Amino acid sequence: MVQKLDYLKECASQTAGPYVHIGLAPGDAGFDIYRAELGRDITGPNAKGTRITVTGMVTDGTGAPVKDVLIEVWQANSEGIYPGTGEVEDGFRGWGRVTPDFETGVFTFETVKPGPVAAHCGAMAAPHLNLWLVSRGINVGLNTRMYFGDEDNANANAADPVLNMVEQAHRRATLIASADGTTYRFDIRLQGDGETVFFDV
Amino acid sequence: MSPQELYQRDREWHPPAYAKDYKTSVSRSPRYALLSLEGSDSELTGPTFDHNDIDPIDNDLIRNYAKSGDPIGERIIVHGRVLDENGRAVPNTLVEIWQANAGGRYRHKKDTYLAPIDPNFGGCGRTLTDENGYYVFRTVKPGAYPWRNWVNNWRPAHIHVSVFGTAFAQRLITQMYFEGDPLIARCPIVNTIPDQRAIDQLVAALDLNATIPLDSIAYKFDIALRGRRSTFFENRPEGN
Repeated sequence: MVQKLDYLKECASQTAGPYVHIGLAPGDAGFDIYRAELGRDITGPNAKGTRITVTGMVTDGTGAPVKDVLIEVWQANSEGIYPGTGEVEDGFRGWGRVTPDFETGVFTFETVKPGPVAAHCGAMAAPHLNLWLVSRGINVGLNTRMYFGDEDNANANAADPVLNMVEQAHRRATLIASADGTTYRFDIRLQGDGETVFFDV
Repeated sequence: MSPQELYQRDREWHPPAYAKDYKTSVSRSPRYALLSLEGSDSELTGPTFDHNDIDPIDNDLIRNYAKSGDPIGERIIVHGRVLDENGRAVPNTLVEIWQANAGGRYRHKKDTYLAPIDPNFGGCGRTLTDENGYYVFRTVKPGAYPWRNWVNNWRPAHIHVSVFGTAFAQRLITQMYFEGDPLIARCPIVNTIPDQRAIDQLVAALDLNATIPLDSIAYKFDIALRGRRSTFFENRPEGN
């Protein structure tokens, strides 16, 4: 026998289910209960930088829209600073919740474009949004990233250490949104052709 | 100085993405392997919340939506601590819950189960853990309800729980079950979890010490999030 390692185990995840909105976005479930719902505003009123719109659709392995998905966004500000690691604009939380239209499955949200941030081991990462998806049928929340297709520094995405870790180079495109002015299109495919790259973080 | 990395998530403890008996997972599960990333600020930082974000009544589901009286059902206290895998308390972290009413019906425009909506019950609550990681909710015990998977599937009574921790990579949603419920062992969603010990960890224990006599019964549910590594010696820098 040896001594016991007194670590706890992380609680196992369970699906957020079809009614995740009741807990995390009650307005979407159809009722009003809290003074203010959390996550409806990613940036606050004082955020500097380029205001952008992100729109897209999450689809399943059959190509059907996942209308009951809830996406959380976590991002740095336009200077590349995450709240908690340095000074950010007053009211900038860098976090939000996004749900698609229940009829069409299309989601849309507004934010500011983040600046480049530090990657692992001191390299720089290209600007990106961190996304976490939960829904009925998703047993453990799925982590992915959205990079920007019109990156000012053309080499930023090409040099990004996470994008470069995707061994099948053609799959990197699943993490890069296409730009139309300040609107970005980002579709997420849970399974099948063009399956989005998801991370174990 | 980046925040400390987290212990690797034990994917053998969590359910797999694809669990054939939970049918909805079949077309919503990625087929390719997840790409494992070492932690950077993008994963090791996360949003924070404070008492300006929520109201004191938000953790009282018996009162936070009441219109004309208390909701129907068994009055219960659900309490416990949010800890990390090192056993340390996680203070000031947001805990959100949602659940069906005592009849097993959700207040959601997509729920069409025949059990009635309770006019005095919203079914959601939120709170911040205190400096010792402690949280408490008051609510009514949710009912079991049928769902379409096989023709005759019933969810055990459960409360959905969402927790943040201090890193976006600690983000967790799970479900709390109730001690003694015979439906737990028969539920295809519960049984997506491969390890019985991991299932047992999601079953709240009847806690008579925390009941309010002649008022409410209590269940204790501790929630463990991923732990952070300690750095005793610095890693060799890049190129090791």
